Amino acid sequence: MSFDKIRDPRKIRHQIGDMECDYIYTAGVAGERFYIALRDEEKLLATRCEKCNITFMPPRLYCDNCFTELASFMEVPSKGVIESYTITYFDRDGQALPEPEILAFVKIDKTDGGLIHRIGEIKPESLKIGSKVTAVFEAKKERKGALTDIKYFKPA
Amino acid sequence: MSKDMKELPGTPVSGKELKSDKIITFEWRPNAKYAWSAGIAYGRYLDELKEGRIIGRRCSRCKRIIVPPRMFCEQCFVATDEWVYCKDTGTVNTFSLSYLDADANRIKEPILVAVIDIDGASPGVGILHLLGNVDPKKIDVGMKVKAVWKPPEEREGAVTDILYWEPMED
Amino acid sequence: MNIRKRVAVIGAGITLYRRRLKESGKELSFYAANMALESAGMSRNEIDSVVMGTAPDAFDGIHMKSENLLDGAGATQKPYTHVYVGGGTGVFAPIGGWWHIASGMHDTCLVVCEEKMSPCFPHPQTAFRSIWDPIISRPLNPNLVWIFALEMHRYMKVHGIPKEHIAQVAVKNKGNALDHPSAQLAAKITVDDVLNSEIMVYPVNRLDISPPSDGAAALILASEDVARKYTDAPVWLDGVGWSLDSAYWTNRDLYFPQYVAKAAKMAYKMAKINDPPQEVSFAEPYDPFTYKELHHMEGLLLAEKGQAPKLTVEGVTARDGDLPICPSGGLLGVGNPIAAAGLMKCCEAFWQLRDEAGKRQVPKAETGVCQAWGDLMQVGTVCVFKRDS
Repeated sequence: MSFDKIRDPRKIRHQIGDMECDYIYTAGVAGERFYIALRDEEKLLATRCEKCNITFMPPRLYCDNCFTELASFMEVPSKGVIESYTITYFDRDGQALPEPEILAFVKIDKTDGGLIHRIGEIKPESLKIGSKVTAVFEAKKERKGALTDIKYFKPA
Repeated sequence: MSKDMKELPGTPVSGKELKSDKIITFEWRPNAKYAWSAGIAYGRYLDELKEGRIIGRRCSRCKRIIVPPRMFCEQCFVATDEWVYCKDTGTVNTFSLSYLDADANRIKEPILVAVIDIDGASPGVGILHLLGNVDPKKIDVGMKVKAVWKPPEEREGAVTDILYWEPMED
Repeated sequence: MNIRKRVAVIGAGITLYRRRLKESGKELSFYAANMALESAGMSRNEIDSVVMGTAPDAFDGIHMKSENLLDGAGATQKPYTHVYVGGGTGVFAPIGGWWHIASGMHDTCLVVCEEKMSPCFPHPQTAFRSIWDPIISRPLNPNLVWIFALEMHRYMKVHGIPKEHIAQVAVKNKGNALDHPSAQLAAKITVDDVLNSEIMVYPVNRLDISPPSDGAAALILASEDVARKYTDAPVWLDGVGWSLDSAYWTNRDLYFPQYVAKAAKMAYKMAKINDPPQEVSFAEPYDPFTYKELHHMEGLLLAEKGQAPKLTVEGVTARDGDLPICPSGGLLGVGNPIAAAGLMKCCEAFWQLRDEAGKRQVPKAETGVCQAWGDLMQVGTVCVFKRDS
């Protein structure tokens, strides 16, 4: 082959850039119901498919098993069980966090799903898979209609 | 089915609503940065632009001289084997006047855009670039043009080392 | 060629097409897929595999969005494939479905296309900033409309086509879209309206361009033996073709899309069509811009080079003409949620060939051709559909 040899990598030219756009995502129809209930009423809403016996948390507009539309939303307890957890010492850009954070998958009671969220008011060494936890909400005026309207889950 | 359709699923929202508190939305800006390597062929192409020259590659199979240069001929699928200097003159193959910037914002003075077939490259082989120093009304397909270069000390080894192409004097 | 099974279309579904829809991409996919299943009289558990088509992830702003959309497309725990050839994706997704069935691998395949362009700011065009080669094009700060304007101008110049003739495409398609229930930009307009609309990138005026849109569409494909169990009126996907040229679009003459012609010849040969203008009853060529419909009619060999504008002006391509083109209303009228816009064309072929197109119905529709196009002047995808006889 006749490819030229590059002996000095600095001679390889580069173009610097990004792929930046700004995005505004809608929560969708089911998402909107969920986040408004969270913000305005401190409630977790789920959807339920009677036919398949599945309660969706977070709620979905349709059952992805039998593929029917799910029109009714039901309130479920804002508590659950730690199914798994991890302790993170770095942020997403690789910077050390001042305090380690506990992140868990919390299976929400009376549903077949759950939420990924922070765990608070507990020392990492006391954590157990299977522990019961309950949601701690932000003050009403701080709530924005997002998952962060729950500050964290704490031991029940 | 289609003939019986009355109401289709979908809930239209306006741009104003999307930015208001009326509906739940989430905002995000990705912040990854990239350094794209020019590679072998474009690397040399940019080096030569810095020197005020346009270089192409020749394929000994189909005899084409291609600009921008590449190390392989995508038609014959063999390595190209010779660097060939082209001229910094050419012919307008097609052109356009853009009243939109890259984000689709309206702009008053149009950007003059053209595909310019390069003299010394094979017929029909051109590059995307800009026209300048010309009355937009006088631009036409087939017009002979010449590169207007940045002063040598300002060149950085980029396609923008050519500022634009201007009409050649008869 | 060893095609094991003839492939039928037995269902279609579609959502509204709008500049912005509140539904998430998953929800839009669900509505389109569910409507297609209902129209076929099927449930999700009768679907063997799912093919999803979406154009650049940068519009939705969800990286690897096909995985995100999976459950809405009915693909939970099924063989699931994402296909992508830029703007050509909408007509490529049914080709992906065709592979599953024609090969004998599956009996049924649900094909879903979704696009949500509204999340992208300041404008969906911004997502196209990074489509360009970062070394040789992007430093010039191009807008994607540039390539269309340059191609359109070359096409006009080579054949001496007046802009008025091209503008007629917008008049026809936006008018046709008045009868399409999904339509975003249906309107009764005149050639003068097009010519007097704002110049965006000369020679492209505002009314020459299709809009950014949100929306989804779906098709159900089945093998011949299975299709007969569900319907007495299957529509046959008898020819598929696709071809891609290189990204060196400034090194070829833009006046004619060779790659579309190659894709069309492949599909016609498979569908045993020898004389396309005589044997094709209607076509849905890709029309993101007015001239593109004409350019693609020529690429599809439905008109001689440079003759498509004349046919349009003479009314040949009107819904009641000899060769109706874009009876749906096309991207110019119905809207352009990119991949979903291409699949909308295939949905239209399905409805036309079952006499279900209502006011849009083309008389004596026997064979329909759908085509999409994409990337840097380089993608052609073609499907040939036939009525059951």
